[in-house]
Amino acid sequence: MTKHTLSVLVENKPGVLARVSGLFSRRGFNIESLAVGPTEQPDVSRMTIVVAVDELPLEQVTKQLNKLVNVIKIVELEPPTAVQRELLLVKVRADATVRSQVLETVQLFRAKVVDVSPEALTVEATGTADKIDALLRMLEPFGIREMAQSGMVAIGRGPRSITATRS
Amino acid sequence: MTTTPHRPNPVPAPPPGAPRPKPGPPGAPGVPARVAVPGPPAGAPVRVTGAQSLVRSLEEAGCEVVFGIPGGAILPAYDPLLDSKKVRHVLVRHEQGAGHAATGYAQATGRVGVCMATSGPGATNLVTPLADAYMDSVPIVAITGQVPRGAIGTDAFQEADISGITLPITKHNFLVTDPADIPRAIAEAFHLASTGRPGPVLVDIPKDVLQASTTFSWPPELRLPGYRPTTKPHGKQIREAAKLIAGASRPVLYVGGGVMRAGACPDLLELAELTGIPVVTTLMARGAFPDSHRQHLGMPGMHGTVAAVAAMQRSDLLIALGARFDDRVTGQLATFAPDALVVHADIDPAEISKNRKADVPIVGDCKEVITELLEAIRAELATTTPPDLTAWWAQLDHLRNTFPLGYDWPSDGTLSPQYAIERIGALVGPDAIYTAGVGQHQMWAAQFVRYEKPSTWINSGGLGTMGFAVPAAMGAKYGKPDRQVWAIDGDGCFQMTNQELATCAIENIPIKVAVINNGNLGMVRQWQNLFYAERYSGTDLGTHKHRIPDFVLLAEALGCVGLRCESKEDVDRVITEAMAIDDRPVVIDFVVGKDAQVWPMVAAGTGNDHIMAARGIRPLFDDDEG
Repeated sequence: MTKHTLSVLVENKPGVLARVSGLFSRRGFNIESLAVGPTEQPDVSRMTIVVAVDELPLEQVTKQLNKLVNVIKIVELEPPTAVQRELLLVKVRADATVRSQVLETVQLFRAKVVDVSPEALTVEATGTADKIDALLRMLEPFGIREMAQSGMVAIGRGPRSITATRS
Repeated sequence: MTTTPHRPNPVPAPPPGAPRPKPGPPGAPGVPARVAVPGPPAGAPVRVTGAQSLVRSLEEAGCEVVFGIPGGAILPAYDPLLDSKKVRHVLVRHEQGAGHAATGYAQATGRVGVCMATSGPGATNLVTPLADAYMDSVPIVAITGQVPRGAIGTDAFQEADISGITLPITKHNFLVTDPADIPRAIAEAFHLASTGRPGPVLVDIPKDVLQASTTFSWPPELRLPGYRPTTKPHGKQIREAAKLIAGASRPVLYVGGGVMRAGACPDLLELAELTGIPVVTTLMARGAFPDSHRQHLGMPGMHGTVAAVAAMQRSDLLIALGARFDDRVTGQLATFAPDALVVHADIDPAEISKNRKADVPIVGDCKEVITELLEAIRAELATTTPPDLTAWWAQLDHLRNTFPLGYDWPSDGTLSPQYAIERIGALVGPDAIYTAGVGQHQMWAAQFVRYEKPSTWINSGGLGTMGFAVPAAMGAKYGKPDRQVWAIDGDGCFQMTNQELATCAIENIPIKVAVINNGNLGMVRQWQNLFYAERYSGTDLGTHKHRIPDFVLLAEALGCVGLRCESKEDVDRVITEAMAIDDRPVVIDFVVGKDAQVWPMVAAGTGNDHIMAARGIRPLFDDDEG
């Protein structure tokens, strides 16, 4: 099974998220990640859904999603032609003995320290799933106390907009 | 036969020729303005309550009847309903009956059926008919009351999240939180229910929204930016399909309920006769093509005819029109129609290549698809000579003649259920409307009644809802009062929804119910007989052993005429007697043998090549071996 990133424009109405997530669960499709947020148009929200399915089931997912009355448009974003990002907040154990090593790692990944305490640092990083994974692997030996991670958001490269033509 | 003398009808029938207590079609001239809300000039907003806005909206949307039951949260809507001159309310006995009645009405008339219930248990009782209408693509609108906005989410009395509950079983649903949105919600609900692939839509309205003061104007602007059903097929796909059709040597027209919904039956006839291709009609499409037509091979699927099943198995081209390759038609998918290319036309793109990959996918309304196909095939035939179908027909005719639908008389001397159903079809004729529950009687009704016209067979195909027959017949009879409506029911099904006969008796909806009473949950018993070593667990209803309930007495108690038939000699006489009664519903208790089985049969999970014409007789398998 391969991962596919779907950008789904939906009407900004209560219950739409439940309609979409319910569809996935009842049709037996697995969501790898899902992120929802506003768009430049107040009545439209954008969901970025990552699913792991083969080509034929993907066609079913798309068609079933399209049947939802509140779904306006679906575009599959291929990795080479889209920018894909995740956000990570991670709290790493970093007392005086290892702090400089942690900071070095953070800099290598062009991540940011957003909170400091005597025993720990909180690091913010954005990037592709691969980069986030690599950073976590590097930080793990120091001791990860807590982490929070967003779903992926993605946008197509180039000047075109999927919200410009909504049909 | 034992028949109790008819008691006088406790509900006086209207004098002959008197108009039914329902108004003319919506928009008919001369309908007086309602008292509560004076008719405004078209489009101008008027002050009303939310409830008045709802009733006005239903009137404007073309609703002539609402099947429902009031209760706390929906109460405000019932007040202006009392004054409506256009919308009549039929008080049912259970909300499930309201939902199935709306479905029966919709299927008989082609219009949107409407049902109404209160919040909580009223709404949850609509869940089964909504799921049923969803599976069979029937346009109905359900209106439910909800607890007041401020109480939502507090586990208030009679609160249920019905829009959440019905998300997976409705085409769409609405929770109206602003009284000003009521007309738009109703207009959108009717539009969604009846266009594209039809289906049920639920509108949930909190009580305080119904009570609030608001304005009403019609027509409202529809705001459905994500809803654009494709009705016009793609020209290239049509030409591609026409090419395949003109070149196939073993083609089959696989006709589903979508043809009926699209009103494309005359076009289908033209297509079949132009091409000479054999036709099979699914359970949802019985009546879409005349049973008497020479090119009709009957119903495919688990209990289809040998000829219909064989035709699909050996076909080189399946032309699927408004059908969805349901598992009851395909049997084991991997071995279904192994040599066939597939042209699949459906208004719902998600159905195409869902179960079986389509070689030529066509998204569109079946009427437009067939119309354009006809043109493209004519063009194709002008330049090419299609393969001769004589050999194909010879093969199918051989199967059709060798394995016709039939049944054996029970060896214990009991009445044959198939015979009773066959005689109903023969005596009542093809102009009547037949409904059925689910089980053996349903399959026999699909097999042994001859359907000649569309919308004369109404049943629960996808969901398989026991108890569908009586309320669906009630709705169908309401919509088509001049037609005879026969509910062919089983004794198990009948005990689930027979309370609606009280509604029928009181509301003057004189349906006929033929209870094919074998004392058992017959289809389950058949499977226990075949696959569970004749261990009959939980299938004997005692209707024979103890005669509980006595269906004749039950019918009488519900204000109907009760008749009973226990022998072959009486069948015609009892049916004729029932046909002559039109001032109240009639129930016939056909006491039949419990061992009759539905054949042919493709056992669940096996391939269609293993179809058994009767127990142990596998015509296709044996053929291949020989």
